[in-house]
Amino acid sequence: MSITKPSLATLAGLAVLLAGVSVVMIFFVAPEDADQGLSQKIFYVHVPIALTAYAAFGLGAWKALRLLLTRGERYDLESYTGIHQGTIFGALTLITGSIWAKASWGVWWTWSSNQLVLFLVLFLFYCAYFMLRFSIEPGPRRERISAVYALFGVALIPVSFLAIRLASDFIHPTVFTREGPQMTGEMFAAFCCSWAAITLLAYVMYRTELAGKRTDLNLRALREALAR
Amino acid sequence: MTDYLADVAALARKDLRLELRARDTLPAMVLFVVATLVVFHFALPGGAGDDAAYGLLWVALVFTSLLGLGRAWAPETEAGALDGLVLAVSDRSTIWLGKTLAALAFLGAAELVALPAFALFFAPLDGPALAGVALASIGLCAVGSLVSAMAAAARGREVLLPLLFLPLAIPLVVGGVGSSISPDPGTYLAFLGLYDAVFAILSWAAFEYVVTE
Repeated sequence: MSITKPSLATLAGLAVLLAGVSVVMIFFVAPEDADQGLSQKIFYVHVPIALTAYAAFGLGAWKALRLLLTRGERYDLESYTGIHQGTIFGALTLITGSIWAKASWGVWWTWSSNQLVLFLVLFLFYCAYFMLRFSIEPGPRRERISAVYALFGVALIPVSFLAIRLASDFIHPTVFTREGPQMTGEMFAAFCCSWAAITLLAYVMYRTELAGKRTDLNLRALREALAR
Repeated sequence: MTDYLADVAALARKDLRLELRARDTLPAMVLFVVATLVVFHFALPGGAGDDAAYGLLWVALVFTSLLGLGRAWAPETEAGALDGLVLAVSDRSTIWLGKTLAALAFLGAAELVALPAFALFFAPLDGPALAGVALASIGLCAVGSLVSAMAAAARGREVLLPLLFLPLAIPLVVGGVGSSISPDPGTYLAFLGLYDAVFAILSWAAFEYVVTE
């Protein structure tokens, strides 16, 4: 049985639909948090964005590994686009996390929030990725150096996480514990819906950016061929 | 195996000999770290405790290693010797290992001056703190010689190296500061050991891709 790949437009429509459903679920289905009240609602956006950022960084590193192992040139652009999306969602994590911190702790930034600090470190790390990438001449060497740096990123995520945990006190609310999510059924459903919407949105953005970058490269190659 | 180690030893010896003849890295590192400690004396407010000083020691060590690493690949890139080296060795990771050992020797030598100076100026250093310095130095040089090879391939390498290196060095600072001030330094030393193992293996495996065209 073969399933044809759904077109980008279908996926984009589905992402918008899911986002609409999650907004309804977040505000009308999920009960209000007893401690934090309305400000807890940002949780349904903040955490899925953070998870999507991890997924995008992971995708970037996976494509980087494929590039190093198979020397397939197309993986370079895919890895770069994955990391670009990860950085966008990482920045959004920082912004939404900062808003949540202001609402529930009264400060825009707190060093005791492990996830926020981790995202700051990762944000710095991946910004340096772009600096590195754009200061090397395009070619196989740049592809490989960028790929190695992208791979370092996925090693840095758990190591930094451990480091920040060691370095700080623990006031960040731990929602997921070993006993499973500490949420009611409706909250969890709203969370999952929002997570699906944001992941799909990220995927659509990834595919769109990739298509744009590929077209750009092809166009440039065509121009060079014409100029000759 | 013996070939591998012989290559590593020859490469590390080459860097040490170059340094002995030209003396353009180590004196700079020693002077820099001592000057930094003096700056810190004036930067720390009078009532600041020893804990703050231990934190600043790690700032000094990270930036001193950065200073050394900035020049680590200068002999190879200035004379265009890297291509020759890549062709000459039996395995390309020997170049990384040799460079890491040489960088570690320079950083260790700078620390031989910096740590007594720190103990004299600020606060005494105990066994766990010294173990933390040793373990973190390995990590700094292992990761540092890889990212400085990346930076050496790029334009504006002096600007790029700190940007690449500092986010990777943050866990080392956490482990190092923890091993100096925590009542339970064992966890932090174990963490430093884990960092060294993870990033040394990764750098060792990935180096080949950084230097080949």
